[in-house]
Amino acid sequence: MMDFEALTGKLAEHLGGPLWTETDPSATPGALIIQPENLLKICEALQKTEGLYFDLLSCIAGLDNGPEKGSMEVIYILHSIPYGHKIMLKVMLTRNKDQEPLPVVPSVSGFWKTALWHEREVYDLFGIHFEGHPDLRRILLPSDWEGHPLRKDYQHQEKYHGIKVAY
Amino acid sequence: MGLLDQKFNSGSIIITRVDDLINWARLSSMFPMTFGLACCAMEFMSAGTTVYDMDRFGMAPRASPRQADVMIVAGTVTFKMGDRVRRLYEQMAEPRYVVSMGSCSNCGGPYWAHGYHVVKGVDRIIPVDVYVPGCPPRPEALIGGLLKLQEKIRNETLMAPKAIEGWLAESEKV
Repeated sequence: MMDFEALTGKLAEHLGGPLWTETDPSATPGALIIQPENLLKICEALQKTEGLYFDLLSCIAGLDNGPEKGSMEVIYILHSIPYGHKIMLKVMLTRNKDQEPLPVVPSVSGFWKTALWHEREVYDLFGIHFEGHPDLRRILLPSDWEGHPLRKDYQHQEKYHGIKVAY
Repeated sequence: MGLLDQKFNSGSIIITRVDDLINWARLSSMFPMTFGLACCAMEFMSAGTTVYDMDRFGMAPRASPRQADVMIVAGTVTFKMGDRVRRLYEQMAEPRYVVSMGSCSNCGGPYWAHGYHVVKGVDRIIPVDVYVPGCPPRPEALIGGLLKLQEKIRNETLMAPKAIEGWLAESEKV
């Protein structure tokens, strides 16, 4: 198992320079903070580079920092089963205001099939669009639900199919 | 030897009211629909085991709403499930009864404040006959609720439904 320093070193060497904006070695596992446009390049390097071979996408999490901070994050945790490496990728996004299009992240489902359902869940609950996802529908809530409930400023609808939502 | 044999012997005649006979038949064979939505379903299943023996009330779970008399709503009703609950209820033949089991289906339970996805009481979708409190209720509590439902059925009348009688009296006046 490579430590975080060695891992980022090898990755930067392979990518021809660090494509991330900063690193957070204190996170568990150590994190790379990246912009959405670099996500696919980094994922490809992580998965395909000899000696890294990140073959498992453990989870994808969405994070809403609220309308005041105006940012959202998508967090990926990756493992390499043969080598025991682990790493976290944090993609920083600008939070959309009302009537603006949803923040966009490229889909990593081309690298890990697991991402298909995880990305649908993040889309469903946070309203983050995954560019290139083959079937980006809601996964937990009914298809005609309004809004994305895990956003900080979420207000539930008055009624759903004639049933009052509030207590 | 069964109790009925000892009481009436063979060949005797019983005189009773039609209401009483029909009600007795109905309350002695309330087939519940197999319908578990959350952890309450575990207690519902326990109530069907030999320990609690729901079968002694003539209650054998049915896997189809067409064959069921009682819908035991055992668990959290989400809005996504709400449409299905309503449809299943509509598929049941009359007379049909609903037992709301547990806090979630009574009033939303622990999801009452922040559960955007939970229907705050199944009585917002379908009419409920008996509410069984608890989170989840023990099988004894569910059986208590079923006995309450039996009591309710025992007092029903088919021959002269009071609401319809009242309505007929109103219409005759006009």
